[in-house]
Amino acid sequence: MLYRENGQFKTSYRADQQIFPILQDRVAIGLLLVFAFAVVPLVAPEYLFRAILIPFLILSLAALGLNILVGYCGQISLGTGAFMAIGAYAAYNFQVRVEGMPLIASLLLGGVCATIVGVLFGIPSLRIKGLYLAVATLAAQFFTDWAFLRIKWFTNDSASGSVSVASLQVLGFPIVTPAQKYLFCLAFVVVFALLAKNLVRSHIGREWMAIRDMDVAASVIGIRPVYAKLSAFAVSSFIVGVAGALWGFVHLGSWEPAAFSIDRSFQLLFMVIIGGLGSIMGSFFGAAFIVMLPIGLDILGVRVGFDTAFAAHLTFMIFGVLIVFFLIVEPHGLARLWSTAKEKLRLWPFPH
Amino acid sequence: MGFFLETLFGGLMAGMLYSLIALGFVLIFKASGVFNFAQGAMVLFAALAMARFSEWIPQGLGIESKVLGNVLAFVAAMAVMVGVAWVIERLVLSKLVNQEGITLLMATLGITYFLDGFGQTIFGSDIYKIDVGMPKEPIFLFQSVFEGGVLISQEDLVAALIAALLVAVLALFFQKTATGRALRAVADDHQAAQSIGIPLNRIWVIVWSVAGFAALVAGIIWGSKLGVQFSLSLVALKALPVVILGGLTSVPGAIIGGLIIGVGEKLSEIYIGPMLGGGIEIWFAYVLALLFLLVRPQGLFGEKIIDRV
Repeated sequence: MLYRENGQFKTSYRADQQIFPILQDRVAIGLLLVFAFAVVPLVAPEYLFRAILIPFLILSLAALGLNILVGYCGQISLGTGAFMAIGAYAAYNFQVRVEGMPLIASLLLGGVCATIVGVLFGIPSLRIKGLYLAVATLAAQFFTDWAFLRIKWFTNDSASGSVSVASLQVLGFPIVTPAQKYLFCLAFVVVFALLAKNLVRSHIGREWMAIRDMDVAASVIGIRPVYAKLSAFAVSSFIVGVAGALWGFVHLGSWEPAAFSIDRSFQLLFMVIIGGLGSIMGSFFGAAFIVMLPIGLDILGVRVGFDTAFAAHLTFMIFGVLIVFFLIVEPHGLARLWSTAKEKLRLWPFPH
Repeated sequence: MGFFLETLFGGLMAGMLYSLIALGFVLIFKASGVFNFAQGAMVLFAALAMARFSEWIPQGLGIESKVLGNVLAFVAAMAVMVGVAWVIERLVLSKLVNQEGITLLMATLGITYFLDGFGQTIFGSDIYKIDVGMPKEPIFLFQSVFEGGVLISQEDLVAALIAALLVAVLALFFQKTATGRALRAVADDHQAAQSIGIPLNRIWVIVWSVAGFAALVAGIIWGSKLGVQFSLSLVALKALPVVILGGLTSVPGAIIGGLIIGVGEKLSEIYIGPMLGGGIEIWFAYVLALLFLLVRPQGLFGEKIIDRV
């Protein structure tokens, strides 16, 4: 009754091409942003920031990046963790080695380094396709795992192999408290989500989707596979790299290569599958779901009284079942459920 | 020279074990077009089942003989793997018929997670050992040819023999039996096979059971070498480059790919490793496979990929 578009006439192309064509959506998103930026930092307890909100924001950024590659361009990657690691370590090196490097610049430069390596590992995708490519991307994962463990230069010759960053500052403002970290991440996520959304509905995004749906047909109608695939790899690994840098700098503070292991790659892939392949919104749903599920199970475990080992195994099992469930029942993930709900709501309460 | 040969043999043995796991991948891919990421989890699951049954069954039934206990445990573990195959076919594969390869791959990722969690829930998550009486002492070969001879672990030798035997048995099964013929027919063309009356569902259960059998054998060999623990499911990640190097659809490819990767890994670790800081075993196989695929995208013996619009 409240949610419908009757009477909202579009009189210009501009109005027709808005991201949220329905007024109620725009209002809701506006309110959500106000709530996230202004209300949450004031009221949320510290635990919520540390355990849920900050990991959720950063991982949804990484999932967003992966979704561009897997969901939009159809190039499956099992090496996302590697690009996060490259982002994090590159940003660390810029921060440590260059005197007076601004934080945001080193985070973005971390993303640039991830882009370069991403394009490098994307080159095989021009020849290798499908399942073979999926396995080949694992090469990136294992190679970076090894490189950051063994090549001492990357870790600034730290004896323990783990690196840590000192106090974070942006334009003179310190980023110390969880609320400040949260706002910092939120700003990144909002900007990147907006950029990604606009990118996927531009001509580049359409090229990606054409390649995904059928690459031979796409090249017949004049889309250059080289350009489309490599740009997807570049954009994806840039976003993933920045997310990795944020994960290291803001969430962890000090980290070692194990933080970006193959489990991280799978976790991100699951977020994308459960959230919805080829949907910006879906990346957020998927990240929220996967960040929250283990915490929820832990709390449940404490209530019901099973031990942590069992809770961990149960998490594995539930992840596994959910992946299969979503692939069978709703291959488009939570995002599709969301849009179905919206369709229903439009007609409610008189669906005729 | 002696040292080189030792490394070479070590590589060949390790390669044989990789082939054993790779074989499971290839079998399933050939017959159902599913890239079974869960093969590693199946190895772990089978090994856990074997380790625990060989503990529980003698205790429960009061059997003294170790051989009988192990045989019973093997039968029980095999029964469990057939059960797993049946459940996977019923609940997952039959619902995903005609989906794209990538979707099926992701479904098997889900199965991987489920099996990892489920196996450790029912069988426990400690380190268990499987003792099937593999000889442990190393032996010396070619003592008359070289100074000091070549040192070879008997355990590896037995493992390689078992792997070779398994391959021979599977080859016979595929070439000579009616079921094997049906499997090959399904591999060639699902629809054609179905139209002449081959029941797809049953064939898939059989294939997954055969892969479960390969997983069980691999699990026992790896398990008695390293102990049965969670890291066993990661061993399978090493078999992935083997499969793509050899070609996803080729059984000989899995064997030869395994040997190439095994030897390449060991030799590179010793002769190139020190230059790069060591530990390059982790990624060498992948990079080798990746570079190789750049030249031949379908692997050594894989079928040529032809795209049509």
